[in-house]
Amino acid sequence: MPGMAGKTLYDKIWDAHVVAEENGEAILYIDLHLIHEVTTPQAFAGLRAAGRKVRRPDRTLAVADHNTPTENQALGVDAVEDEEARLQLQTLGRNVADAGIEYFPMGDLRNGIVHVVGPEQGRTQPGMTVVCGDSHTSTHGAFGALAHGIGTSEVEHVLASQTLRQRKSKNMRVVIDGKPGPGVTAKDLALAVIGEIGTAGGTGYVIEYAGEAVRDLSMEGRMTLCNLTIEGGARAGLVAPDQKTFDYIMGRPAAPKGAAWEMALSYWKSFVSDGDAVFDREVRLDAAAIAPTVTWGTSPEDVIPVTGVVPDPATFATPDKRAAVERALDYMGLKAGQPITEARIDRVFIGSCTNSRIEDLRAAAAVVQRAFLEGKLVAPHVRAMVVPGSGLVKEQAEAEGLDAMFKAAGFDWREPGCSMCLGMNPDRLAPGERCASTSNRNFEGRQGRGGRTHLMSPAMAAAAAIAGHIADVRDFL
Amino acid sequence: MKAFTRLDGRAAPLSLANIDTDQIIPKQFLKTVEREGLAKGLFYDFRFDEQGREKSDFVLNDPAYKGARILIAGDNFGCGSSREHAPWALQDFGIDCVIAPSFADIFHGNCFNNGLLPVVLKPEEVEALMDEARGGNHVFSVDLEQQTVTAPSGAVFRFDIDPGRKEKMLKGLDAIGETLQHAGDIDVYEMKRAIGQPWLELGA
Repeated sequence: MPGMAGKTLYDKIWDAHVVAEENGEAILYIDLHLIHEVTTPQAFAGLRAAGRKVRRPDRTLAVADHNTPTENQALGVDAVEDEEARLQLQTLGRNVADAGIEYFPMGDLRNGIVHVVGPEQGRTQPGMTVVCGDSHTSTHGAFGALAHGIGTSEVEHVLASQTLRQRKSKNMRVVIDGKPGPGVTAKDLALAVIGEIGTAGGTGYVIEYAGEAVRDLSMEGRMTLCNLTIEGGARAGLVAPDQKTFDYIMGRPAAPKGAAWEMALSYWKSFVSDGDAVFDREVRLDAAAIAPTVTWGTSPEDVIPVTGVVPDPATFATPDKRAAVERALDYMGLKAGQPITEARIDRVFIGSCTNSRIEDLRAAAAVVQRAFLEGKLVAPHVRAMVVPGSGLVKEQAEAEGLDAMFKAAGFDWREPGCSMCLGMNPDRLAPGERCASTSNRNFEGRQGRGGRTHLMSPAMAAAAAIAGHIADVRDFL
Repeated sequence: MKAFTRLDGRAAPLSLANIDTDQIIPKQFLKTVEREGLAKGLFYDFRFDEQGREKSDFVLNDPAYKGARILIAGDNFGCGSSREHAPWALQDFGIDCVIAPSFADIFHGNCFNNGLLPVVLKPEEVEALMDEARGGNHVFSVDLEQQTVTAPSGAVFRFDIDPGRKEKMLKGLDAIGETLQHAGDIDVYEMKRAIGQPWLELGA
């Protein structure tokens, strides 16, 4: 229609998936449903109680990741000592077998964190709708797929109907211009975005990331960026697909083959925002102004450059905010004005759906190797662990010798899973322990009751492991 | 889903912003395969110390708020993980309504799928309700049909709610049942998709 504004990438994916509309709600078709052990047992029980079947088992993929221990996985569920966790894994096994859903159980080389596995298998593709009962489903937006977390009632809804009832969100564009400096990664860009908009800044929006710094990111970097979108309050983040996206998908197990590849490619290429598309909100950042970034508090918005000091509660605008900052500093055991690099750490966790892919492990290993050649190892008081995102990532890292490098420097090399990102499995912090973590949430108690989490990039976490305190990775390059 | 029409009950003030779902129900309680019985884990780290003893200074441990049906909280309530165990735990504890200036998106949607009413009011209105709630032993009324919260003083606060969601909540409608009435539309969509994107039909 003349004079009508163009469509955003989000608008296009939305429009391509509306099955019906009713009372301001759309019934949206779901192309890919990823499931795991924690948020599905009640959904399958609900289906059974109502006498309903899984509509599209072929568009569903299951993994075990949240509960799984990160050792002895070859034993299968016998590796799980916690009885409730074991029952939950067995329940998933039974449910997927009954429904005919493909499942990569613990110990399968293809198993791993659900948001690592989907892209790795080529299941995640541009223009798709992707859901999972996990808030970090936003990760898959890196492919130009509309991907977000859902609750268990919605998991049941998708299992039964392959659709989801949704209200449309508003459009936000986050443009990151320029080129980041040395030691500044996708994680730092993402933390800087959350620091800019706040942890609820994206509520009600779907974010499209754009700009030179975003285009320059690898697919894995884009996954890290989109993964953290939910920490800024938006359920979904998107990056328009480009040649990097197509190259990444090509040849993966679920990628289209032969003539279907060409057909898919031409379809995928239509998923970009029109030049005249209008966004409800636009935020711009300059990548060159972003330093390696860490969190100091108990919300992902509590970010500072690694060169910064812990903020003074008195400098915050409202009494509520001042009280929240005081509470956070008390919990974190930090003092206002203290350089953040003075924070001595006890633990290091390199892993999670945010940062456990091969490039993350390479970046951390490069820092470790440089220090190693200077005779430095993991600081004696630090327990450091590396948890690859999937069996395939682990295999690749081992083929490259990264495991040997980590182990020689004093890291613990683990088997894949969510691990200490959320401490549902045996990997967790003890009360008061301070952790340099590549995960996504620094909430109170997230990694273990009383545990103190500082979020940062894999290279920064590796630097912290060696220094024994939070450290500027640029001193290690 | 259970219907929500109106409730009269005590309200507990929890004056913190960004209460995340890890706070509402910590991870160790997510290993269940049931929906019921999660009350024991609700706000676990707020309610209990490391030895598992009740903390007397937490609002829900105060006898004046015993049996509270309403929680009044700060901005961005329910941020973080998508775990539906959060609304399940609140309801299992007896809380069927949360009033806050804003909610995180996924939690907000999860509430509507369980008959737990999230009420959004202006920050100053929430503050006024918190003040009235302090001290406990009072009755607040929440009326979904009228879209009002009535404080013990008689002050009435009107809230907005999506009409479609309101109707479903009032009737306790089963969202899946409603959607499956569109099974024909879904069939048609899938047929079109199979022609337009055949690579998605070739197995995994």
